[in-house]
Amino acid sequence: MARKTPGINTGSMADISFLLLTFFLLTSSINTEQGIPRRLPPPKENTEEIKIDINQRNVLDVRVNFRDELVVNDEIVPLSQLTLKAKEFLENVENSPNLPEKESKYIDNIGEFYVSKGVISLTNDQSTSYSGYVMVQNELQRAVNELRDKISTQYFGKRYDNLDTAQQAAIRKAVPMNISEAPPVDYNQQPAQ
Amino acid sequence: MARFKKEQKKELPAINTGSMSDIIFMFLFFFMVITNMREAALKVKLKVPNASEVQKLEKKSLVATIYIGEPLSATENTLPPGKVSVQLNDQTVKQEDLVNDVRDFIGTEKEARSEEDKNKLTFSLKVDKGVQMRYVNTIKQELRKNNALKINYATGKKSEMQK
Repeated sequence: MARKTPGINTGSMADISFLLLTFFLLTSSINTEQGIPRRLPPPKENTEEIKIDINQRNVLDVRVNFRDELVVNDEIVPLSQLTLKAKEFLENVENSPNLPEKESKYIDNIGEFYVSKGVISLTNDQSTSYSGYVMVQNELQRAVNELRDKISTQYFGKRYDNLDTAQQAAIRKAVPMNISEAPPVDYNQQPAQ
Repeated sequence: MARFKKEQKKELPAINTGSMSDIIFMFLFFFMVITNMREAALKVKLKVPNASEVQKLEKKSLVATIYIGEPLSATENTLPPGKVSVQLNDQTVKQEDLVNDVRDFIGTEKEARSEEDKNKLTFSLKVDKGVQMRYVNTIKQELRKNNALKINYATGKKSEMQK
């Protein structure tokens, strides 16, 4: 080799990659998909499958009206109180006869546990705003999360988020998320009386 | 003093910019990995509500999004009384086609996934704060009819709600 190959000029490489970088910065959105996950009930042929066999004491009736106001068991309640109400309902510390029954179940990793049979029945108006609806879902989720954290600290000494998958599944069984959505009502469409 | 003069005469060495491109590329890859491309041009005005108890969706590839909000331009199809549009893929849906379009959308989204992923497919509802629940309920009803039961209410993250 008599001659050396000349070095390639890499000065513009930084410019090119800068260009790519700006392109990706502009076309992408950093916020990852997040939200409140829910499961819809499976479809039924007959649309009227309201379960009446659920005992009255096992149901927490939550209604959201078209002004995003809350009624819990025929009582107007501010949004900030909902978590407290829901927790009281699901936990039923003193086994009060007005609050849901508990069923003894054997759960892996935990053992014998009294699982609440409480169901939260959520009814919304057709004119409820979406943000009002999400707020209510959020508060209910918060109630369940706080209970799960409590049980989890009691049994495993850790918060629910820090448990492994099997333990999380056990806690989920112990504190189930039972929200049943009733068909929405439409206040504004009702004939004026 | 002689020593100083000698040094002043020296030329400043050029800064080696060879590694600059490597650094920029590293940035580039970082952004490529943590971000996701906007998959569809938005045709509706969207401001999702904030919530504190949010969960992250694990896999971006297992999420199909339905947008509901105010239309950005007057030419978009709306649902009566004309203030709300539903966007699937990159089109807004006509009122009379709503049922069929939602069914087709669910069908194609499921079709695009492998057999085992079909049940893990999540339908994320990105709905504007002010939208009335009647539109969301209609969509939920359709999802339920078509056996797409895993849904997600897309929200922003707010660390602690004001009480």
